[in-house]
Amino acid sequence: MKYEPVIGMEVHVELSTKSKVFCGCSTNFHAPANSNVCPVCLGMPGVLPVINKRAVEMSVMVGLALNCTISRWSKMDRKNYFYPDLAKNYQISQYDLPLCHDGFIDIKANGTSKRIGITRAHLEEDTARNTHTIGGGDSGVDFNRCGVTLLEIVTEPDIRGAEEAFAYLTELKQLLRYLDVSDCNMEEGSLRAEANISIRPTGTESFGTKTEVKNVASFSGIQKAIEFEIARQAKLIDEGGKVVQETRGWDADRGITFSQRAKESAHDYRYFPDPDLVPIVVDEAWEGRIRESLPELPQARRARFESGYGLSAYDAGVLTAEKEMADYYEAVVKQGCAPKQAANWLSVELQALLTEHKQELTASKVTADRLAAMLKLIEDGTISGKIAKEVLLDMFESGKEPKAIVEEKNLVQISDTSAIESAAREVIAANPGPVAEFRSGKEKTFGFLVGQLMKATKGKANPQMANEVLRKVLKETE
Amino acid sequence: MSNDWYKKTAHEIRDAVRAKKVTALEVTESHLARIEDVDGKVKAFTDVWADAARNQAKAVDARIKNGEDVGVLAGVPIGLKDVFCTKRGTTTCCSKILKGYRSPFDGTAVERLQNAGAVFLGKLNMDEFAMGSSTENSSVQITRNPWNLDCVPGGSSGGSAAAIAADECAITLGSDTGGSIRQPAACVGCVGIKPTYGRISRYGLVAFASSLDQIGPFTKDVEDTAIALNVMCGRDPKDSTSADLAVPDFTKSLKADVSGLRIGLPKEYYTDALNAEMREKIMDAVKVLERQGAKVVEVSLPHTDYAIAVYYIICTAEASANLARFDGVRYGYRAPGVGSTQELYTRTKTDGYGPEVRRRIMLGTYVLSSGYYDAYYLKAQKVRSLIRKDFTDAFEKCDVVLTPTSPTAAFKIGEKSANPLEMYLSDIYTISVNLAGIPGLSMPCGLVASGLPAGIQIMAKPFDEETILRVAYTYEQKRGFEMGTPTAVK
Amino acid sequence: MAKITKADVEYVAGLAQLTLDEATKEKLVGEMGDILAYMDKLNELNTDGIEPTMHVLEMSNVFREDEVQPSLDREAALANAPKTDGEYFLVPKILDTGDE
Ligand SMILES: [Zn+2]
Repeated sequence: MKYEPVIGMEVHVELSTKSKVFCGCSTNFHAPANSNVCPVCLGMPGVLPVINKRAVEMSVMVGLALNCTISRWSKMDRKNYFYPDLAKNYQISQYDLPLCHDGFIDIKANGTSKRIGITRAHLEEDTARNTHTIGGGDSGVDFNRCGVTLLEIVTEPDIRGAEEAFAYLTELKQLLRYLDVSDCNMEEGSLRAEANISIRPTGTESFGTKTEVKNVASFSGIQKAIEFEIARQAKLIDEGGKVVQETRGWDADRGITFSQRAKESAHDYRYFPDPDLVPIVVDEAWEGRIRESLPELPQARRARFESGYGLSAYDAGVLTAEKEMADYYEAVVKQGCAPKQAANWLSVELQALLTEHKQELTASKVTADRLAAMLKLIEDGTISGKIAKEVLLDMFESGKEPKAIVEEKNLVQISDTSAIESAAREVIAANPGPVAEFRSGKEKTFGFLVGQLMKATKGKANPQMANEVLRKVLKETE
Repeated sequence: MSNDWYKKTAHEIRDAVRAKKVTALEVTESHLARIEDVDGKVKAFTDVWADAARNQAKAVDARIKNGEDVGVLAGVPIGLKDVFCTKRGTTTCCSKILKGYRSPFDGTAVERLQNAGAVFLGKLNMDEFAMGSSTENSSVQITRNPWNLDCVPGGSSGGSAAAIAADECAITLGSDTGGSIRQPAACVGCVGIKPTYGRISRYGLVAFASSLDQIGPFTKDVEDTAIALNVMCGRDPKDSTSADLAVPDFTKSLKADVSGLRIGLPKEYYTDALNAEMREKIMDAVKVLERQGAKVVEVSLPHTDYAIAVYYIICTAEASANLARFDGVRYGYRAPGVGSTQELYTRTKTDGYGPEVRRRIMLGTYVLSSGYYDAYYLKAQKVRSLIRKDFTDAFEKCDVVLTPTSPTAAFKIGEKSANPLEMYLSDIYTISVNLAGIPGLSMPCGLVASGLPAGIQIMAKPFDEETILRVAYTYEQKRGFEMGTPTAVK
Repeated sequence: MAKITKADVEYVAGLAQLTLDEATKEKLVGEMGDILAYMDKLNELNTDGIEPTMHVLEMSNVFREDEVQPSLDREAALANAPKTDGEYFLVPKILDTGDE
């Protein structure tokens, strides 16, 4: 039978507040175990939580960027369950009145645009981290992460395949990075995604039994896990079996999902409003102030890059994928460089160097100012595009100004007709065979002769002039 | 020199210490000696901080010597219910599960008392996690009523109440979730107030039921109550539910003047369920106030009959979450030889809690569990709204509501411990105040025939402690008798 | 409505992480049954349209600024723990993968 996958995603993202959501402990990820802890986040007797205002603001920012309705009135609830990573054995979360609800995000997958519904985004506290590497049959618990601001973003079951899931996560991450509310580092766990996956015969409307895939360390891992899970469920049903509602982990090495724990009925979280916290009221004025503070979001920026700079949809997409890249690009263009040329040099040439050396754009010695200065040298004919590649590499390694490199290495383009002309005459004299071939009508040989001319000028001849002058001299000497 | 400073009120001690008529150390020694004398019988204290108290007293004396301002509780010996987090000593809520627990911080109320020059004598007995009305549920000991050692001192702040009645402290601190200050105050014949919810920060009070818990003092007279409130009330950024309201100077309410004041007597409280002798004592008190110009009006609190059901749903639900943290991971008792996290929890909790705490956790878990939330928890919170409205309506007609604090005088040890529901029903007069969040004070209004104190309760609108204090002070000044020293500790 | 069974008591004990012996279970069936039956008197009241009390004080938006305050020293954080290795709180090996 043919099946249609039905997928909903739950993403937990740590918001980058400086202090935790209910206490003043630092959220620094790299602190030694159990050093960013206090009586509040350790759930000691007698303590009370107080909400971090910035956590609410950041949540609302995300909600607005996801086109959500912001709740005028919301509250915090206690979600009760026992686990060693939970200091109070309840998590402060939001149950029936999340801060943000009923939004959407547009994604591009399989070449078409699609809208994914956002059910809700709610504020909660992160849990501690368990380590299993302690000796003596014990596990260790580090409460540094306990109480870090967490936003849970839940989609409608609108996702129809692994590729869409990947596109959703990519788009969401891009949005969060643009908002500067999270570093979205999956390896450090600041972004964690779970997929609820079920399948149903194509053309039917009811939902099948879902499995929940979690603990996947990368977007591509999630994509593969979803692909695997869809195939597994289809095979199971085709063979007359039944999908069991359960949580499944992802074994990246073997490329399979595996059963972690059946979702028993014992998940009775006994939510109730936290009496220690008062309601959160986001009135129109506050929402308006937060909305005004939003930066330009990726989709708007992409559109502006296409229309404003005349870039192709592809180039605009590449340049806006990361906010840092887009900011860099605009800094270059602002200095008067041709947008198209700037786009090529940034997304092709510089990006290749960054990839090769595993370097971040923001850490590169090739600053936007330097790249712009180099592009100007090309535009005013001081150097050729070919020479520019050499200058870029030098800048990338040394961090020198492009002008200094050009002068130091004597790379200034020869645009003096007489110098090129005399070099052309030498090339013609030294290559009688190819010259004869050219004259007998073999146009191809011309390219070889231009190459020789460039070689003779150590690549510094203005390429266009080299062409023109060589043709002229060939004609003259015929 | 005769040293009977232990008999004095806090304001008498404070004035004498500030006037250098006595040193804080002499006062502290007097109380320590008194504790030595009588606490073997009363068993109010679970931990006496004798040396630390002497050092604190010496520090107060040194500051007085230097001419520094030592605060309005200069040298006043204070005892703390073991529900308050203190860096000194242990904080156990008289539960095995917190045995030996040392808090890394002082709670806000404790800190404010200390900054006002108080000297802390130690920790006082209570029902485990403040769950009880008799202090019999303590894992440490049973506290005795200083008027009759066979009787309970009430609860859950029984140690704090008994320590005042037996002159072991000048002021003690208690917590009140459903009557845990007012009922024991009535049982032992001292003054106890539960201020408006939000008046005093709960930071550092180990939570029982967060929407009901409130801190309050036990004192020997109404003036001391006003002073203690002045010190402890006011917004605390560590408690989101602490009210951001200006705190009046409560000592300004100490005026013997109730002319024109309307006293509401809710008909639902004066029924056949009220012991006749108790009713007589209350009516005597009402007459005292009438003679001072107060007017009596009948009011109605129609949902009174539902208060106990509402209360025991809400308080157990909140407690079931508040007490979940005691799991043997970060602090407190851990059952020996546990092999899995599951076992760690179940064995630690099962061994660590006493039967009443277990029962309430079970009830609270049940009323929140899937399928029952709407029928119990949500329903109770709705009825709570009706109870609050009863009070709003009543306070349209009167300035204070006067009721007995408890239907009977202190009962015998063991008398009610076999039937939990019967024990819960004895909270009938106190719990509505917590559900409505309003202030309530209990003070003695004489002795019943058995020689045990009777208590009268005065309630007012939210944040109107001033009117309560004025009524209480007037009655205290005009009632025409002294309670005197309890018979068993004379 | 409240007629609590032994199975209910066992289910609730599981949620509350309590292990009860048979005698205690039986006792709780009776005690909880009585108390819950008493609570059923709330059903006498019509509460349609009544807002539940979430807070007796009508407060909202009590926040703290996003400022880092000093944390406890690790030694102080671990001081009360029944079992640590000086860095971590130790618990018996965690076998499953947790909830969230
Ligand atoms: Zn903290």
